[in-house]
Amino acid sequence: MRQDSLLSIHHLRTRFHTYEGVLTAVDGIDLEVYRGETLGVVGESGCGKSVTALSILRLLASPPAEIRGKVLFDGENLLQMSLDEIRQIRGNSISMIFQEPMTSLNPVLTVGEQISEAIKLHQGVTREEAWSKAVEMLRIVQVPSPDIRAREYPHKMSGGMRQRAMIAMALSCHPRLLLADEPTTALDVTIQAQIVELMERLKEEIRTSIVLITHNLGLIAEMAKRVAVMYMGKVVEEAPVEDLFLEPLHPYTHGLLGSIPWIGRKMKSGRKQLQEIPGMVPSLLEIPDACRFHPRCSRAMEICRKEEPPLVQKNGRRVLCWLWK
Amino acid sequence: MFQYVLKRLLSTLPVLLGISLLLFFMLRMLPGDPAQVLAGQMASPDDIKIIRHQLGLDRPIFIQYGFFLSRLARFDLGRSARTQNPVIKEIWARLPNTMLLAVAAISLACLFGIPAGIISAVRPYTWIDYLFNSMALFGISMPVFWLGLMLVVIFSIMLQWLPAGGTGSWKHIVLPSFTLAAFVVAFITRITRASMIETLSQDYTTTARSKGLKERVVIVKHALKNALIPIITVVGLQFGLLLGGAVLTETVFAWPGLGRLIVDSILARDYPVIQGTILIFGLLYILVNLVVDLLYAYIDPRIRYA
Repeated sequence: MRQDSLLSIHHLRTRFHTYEGVLTAVDGIDLEVYRGETLGVVGESGCGKSVTALSILRLLASPPAEIRGKVLFDGENLLQMSLDEIRQIRGNSISMIFQEPMTSLNPVLTVGEQISEAIKLHQGVTREEAWSKAVEMLRIVQVPSPDIRAREYPHKMSGGMRQRAMIAMALSCHPRLLLADEPTTALDVTIQAQIVELMERLKEEIRTSIVLITHNLGLIAEMAKRVAVMYMGKVVEEAPVEDLFLEPLHPYTHGLLGSIPWIGRKMKSGRKQLQEIPGMVPSLLEIPDACRFHPRCSRAMEICRKEEPPLVQKNGRRVLCWLWK
Repeated sequence: MFQYVLKRLLSTLPVLLGISLLLFFMLRMLPGDPAQVLAGQMASPDDIKIIRHQLGLDRPIFIQYGFFLSRLARFDLGRSARTQNPVIKEIWARLPNTMLLAVAAISLACLFGIPAGIISAVRPYTWIDYLFNSMALFGISMPVFWLGLMLVVIFSIMLQWLPAGGTGSWKHIVLPSFTLAAFVVAFITRITRASMIETLSQDYTTTARSKGLKERVVIVKHALKNALIPIITVVGLQFGLLLGGAVLTETVFAWPGLGRLIVDSILARDYPVIQGTILIFGLLYILVNLVVDLLYAYIDPRIRYA
């Protein structure tokens, strides 16, 4: 573990006890987030990205969720804190931005109230002070006429504006770690660019670390320094962002990169076909034996069907695959 | 806003007219002759004829309806055939009792039903959820007259804590309001539970938790406020029904309210009182619904009336 590690996840395993059986959404992952850096987490829907973020702040209802392992934040295990202690962390040292700005704001409370209640709670200021700080936060995230907007309800705002409000709320207590779960997915492209720019700028100003969860590889390329690729609850590859894009090691990462359409990129000999990963992500109730990716892998070997792949460390990269043993 | 209320109030007029029309003709389809009832068994045909003339019942029915409407336009509901008192006076003497009982019952039902629903939603499928669920089922399946009588037996006769009937002090209202609330509370508990389970699973609830808010604040400020619309709808409808006279409860506890007035009047074929009382029920029901609609807008800013 490096000195400047802020969040250190060890063998995090999150399972859901359901009527159909036990679903292991996150299966023993290890991740490090360093101070001031942005860690990208990518993967298809259902690979456990969001559950990882929710597990860190223990925002999953338990039961049915069962979270095991260690999540060290500044050396303290979040999973063993009392509820009161974790509430001190939530929204204060670690905050979260969600995917759906249309549903993640409360429709019956004003935007200002929703931002200021966290400020009032964590900074022990009066209602009026919290309110003026909330207005200030809205100004910082570039919401026009913030003092008027603060008194309005979410339904009067556009998706992009609501996501700005969400970011204002998340950053209002200057968190040291921001968990951004698909922060731009629900927005249209021009708004996405604005939100990315905003997050980049605020990251520098507030000096916060970010865990950026997304399936958008373009966003990862733009914002993240290191990337972890998840597949069916496991981190299958972790690498600095340039290395990952230049030379993906895991066949799954290779497949992900191959399935991005590149507008304007044409091979000399006519169009290049978009590469897709064959098959679908299996249900968590039917996790394949040995390597989870082998049924869809074009380079699967005999051993991939028989034994769990080893974690291979290679020039500061990690990959969970037999190919590199 | 003011315009909206005015519009709604004006729109009650055609509704009331419809009620009066249906009511007037349906009443007169009932078997039995009010003059006969009023005159008694021993009356001669001539006596009955005179009474019928006094009541205006010897005229064509459309003329009768016309007279009724023209008096109604002057806020005159006529006189009771039984007591000769103005109908409005008969109603006015009992309306406060009915209101009091309805308000007491609905408050009791909310006071128990809403917290019970919230607790059930926060801890679904636990023993406490099952407990409240069985209590709700008990309340809804208990016949009101039986429950009322049982309460009288226990609290008035055996324990002698509370009076068995009548009015006068706060003690008199305890048993009838409990009896009525037992039925209503079931609806309120069930709808609160369902509505809260829904809002507790919404994204904004997770957002609220992610801010570090206490669970109590998440439940009351963030989830409950969103869950209130269906709860208020049910409370409003039930309150409207209670205002419409809790006939059985009023009878069991000898409570002098509108429910008993209307039953007595039907038995006596006292047309003016029946008509007047039902029109008042209609008016109250419409007003309660208007208040519910205005509350919607107060609770949910997305609902605005112009």
